[in-house]
Amino acid sequence: MAVQNEKQTKRLAVRLATAAVVMFGFGFALVPLYDVLCDITGLNGKNFNQGPTQIAVVDGSRTVKVQFITVNPANMPWSFEPTERSIRVSPGEDRQTVFYAKNPTSKWMVAQAVPSVTPSEAAPYLHKVNCFCFERQPLEAGADTEMPLLFVVDPELPEYISTITLSYALYDLTSEQKITQVKPSKDKGRVSL
Amino acid sequence: MATVDVDLPHVKDEDPHHHGPAKGLGRWLYTTNHKDIGSMYLIFSLCMFMIGGTMALIIRAELFQPGLQLVEPNFFNQMTTMHGLIMVFGAVMPAFVGLANWMIPMQVGAPDMALPRMNNWSFWILPFAFLILLSSLFMPGGAPNFGWTFYAPLSTTYAPESVTFFIFGVHIMGASSIMGAINIIATILNMRAPGMTLLKMPLFVWTWLITAFLLIAVMPVLAGVVTMMLMDIHFGTSFFNAAGGGDPVLFQHVFWFFGHPEVYIMILPAFGIISEIIPTFARKRLFGYASMVYAVASIALLSFVVWAHHMFTVGMPLVGEVFFMFATMLIAVPTGVKVFNWVATMFRGSLTFETPMLFALAFVVLFTIGGFSGLMLAIAPADFQYHDTYFVVAHFHYVLVPGAIFSIMAATYYWLPKWTGHQLNETMGKIHFWLSFVGVNITFFPMHFVGLAGMPRRIPDYALQFADFNSMASVGAFIFGFSQLVFIYNVIQNVRVGEKATAQVWEGAQGLEWTLPSPAPYHTFSTPPEVK
Repeated sequence: MAVQNEKQTKRLAVRLATAAVVMFGFGFALVPLYDVLCDITGLNGKNFNQGPTQIAVVDGSRTVKVQFITVNPANMPWSFEPTERSIRVSPGEDRQTVFYAKNPTSKWMVAQAVPSVTPSEAAPYLHKVNCFCFERQPLEAGADTEMPLLFVVDPELPEYISTITLSYALYDLTSEQKITQVKPSKDKGRVSL
Repeated sequence: MATVDVDLPHVKDEDPHHHGPAKGLGRWLYTTNHKDIGSMYLIFSLCMFMIGGTMALIIRAELFQPGLQLVEPNFFNQMTTMHGLIMVFGAVMPAFVGLANWMIPMQVGAPDMALPRMNNWSFWILPFAFLILLSSLFMPGGAPNFGWTFYAPLSTTYAPESVTFFIFGVHIMGASSIMGAINIIATILNMRAPGMTLLKMPLFVWTWLITAFLLIAVMPVLAGVVTMMLMDIHFGTSFFNAAGGGDPVLFQHVFWFFGHPEVYIMILPAFGIISEIIPTFARKRLFGYASMVYAVASIALLSFVVWAHHMFTVGMPLVGEVFFMFATMLIAVPTGVKVFNWVATMFRGSLTFETPMLFALAFVVLFTIGGFSGLMLAIAPADFQYHDTYFVVAHFHYVLVPGAIFSIMAATYYWLPKWTGHQLNETMGKIHFWLSFVGVNITFFPMHFVGLAGMPRRIPDYALQFADFNSMASVGAFIFGFSQLVFIYNVIQNVRVGEKATAQVWEGAQGLEWTLPSPAPYHTFSTPPEVK
């Protein structure tokens, strides 16, 4: 009785310990699960809509406010800001705006802007026809530039969304550029995150 | 509760094979005795409670008046962080494990825990975890200052150097909890006395069985999330760093996947304790024993699908907000079942109001208040106003202080005569209760008001209109804090002197542990009792 009990206890303890190890793995499995889920649903504003789109109909019955925000992560010395803080557009209408960037340092640098859309439900409906964020942006020491963004808000945008915020974070890629010696690509391929 | 009729003569204290405890320090270092380990857990928890409480008093002293008086803002942040971590992982959780160690073998009629050697280990790594954590206070750059929820990137990119020590501390305490949980499950499933079927187990045992499963499910996820932080900080990965393709919101999801079950880990054993105490002092069986068990099980299951209600404001889609809102509200149903069952147990009972019962009654009333403010927070559209305000602070302190902490005190008063063999000093107990009860309410009730008015949590300074309620809360905090000295004095006196307690101790007490003499002998139930 006692011996059998001891065996049972040992077996149970091993099983429970295995369960704990599996749950440790599950914690890490949440990372790709989360990415897949965001990819499918377009949550988190990570959904990129880029390249030309065919939207002919302009929905003149309403306007949507599109706000622009720029973020410089730590150690990114560039000045980077939208020239217009917000614009009102009708869904379906092509609009262009310009972002200003300046490299105040004394060396040549390359940067890449990464967009994010809030609310995330709006992300699939904001089409970037042409965007400076598609490409890496090189700037000579002390130089500045104006970077264009051409976008369309899809007329399918749900009625209850009246404001869309488009945020850009500008990352310093100079060191990576120097290592790989990749020239700024001209194709409008996907920016992989 | 289930009927427990017992054949008594199995209690053999004078058995020649049973030596008493070893002498000296070695007894405590090498012990595998569940009672010794239980006592060490409880004493450790009390020390942590006093340390964490001192930090709370530093926080309240600074907040007594608007403006910065006593401490630097960065030190203030370290205090809020360390207070939270120490109270959650150092005070509440070890206290429940200590009670489990003492009571579960005695309540199911087992001679000891199933894995006594591991039991020793799971206790003894715990002081080192907290030594590591507390030592960070003296490091250059200071202790962790990013809040007990340690959201990335605040806890990775912007963290003080000591964050690595914090991570290792969490790893060790997680290992301790997991080992403790394995031990408790093995004891409950394999060591029950013959005739003690699952649905005859006392509710404290039931709630701990379910809690232990929760621990095994989520403590490894916590270990995982701090490991990801460690890799982000030192090994150049980008789990939570957007610049490298990671996502800070991912941190919140993984953290709260652990965090929400964690808050039930801190309250389910409390439910068990209250379900033991109320029937004793109402002199009635627990009303709806089976429904209590099912309620606890469903609360535990639901805890896995509500985590995102902690992060309504991160920009979730509407579907997500609605799902997490309703799933959260669903938890009110089994919780309501429990509260109604406690009230029904008292209904037409012959109530007496000894100290454990007073704490249990305060638990029922004040925990319900905390539950209601939780329901308010669950309403997604309203949560945008409440999020990260003092309303949240009021809510979780109402469920944790007069919830978890009061239940631990109730349990201590309830079982102390069984542990020490001395009757309780009721006068001291009642003084402690009333000071605590008044102190807790003065401290935390005004926080609801300042929270609704918009005072954010975790700030060392605040707008002038919050001054009166804050000074009130500080006064209450000092009353509550210093009244715990009465508790400590009372416990120490009880260990040293006191009237000899009977085996049953309380007139209405039912269950295996009350068939043992008081104090409980060093070895109990070496021959299993027969439960009919």
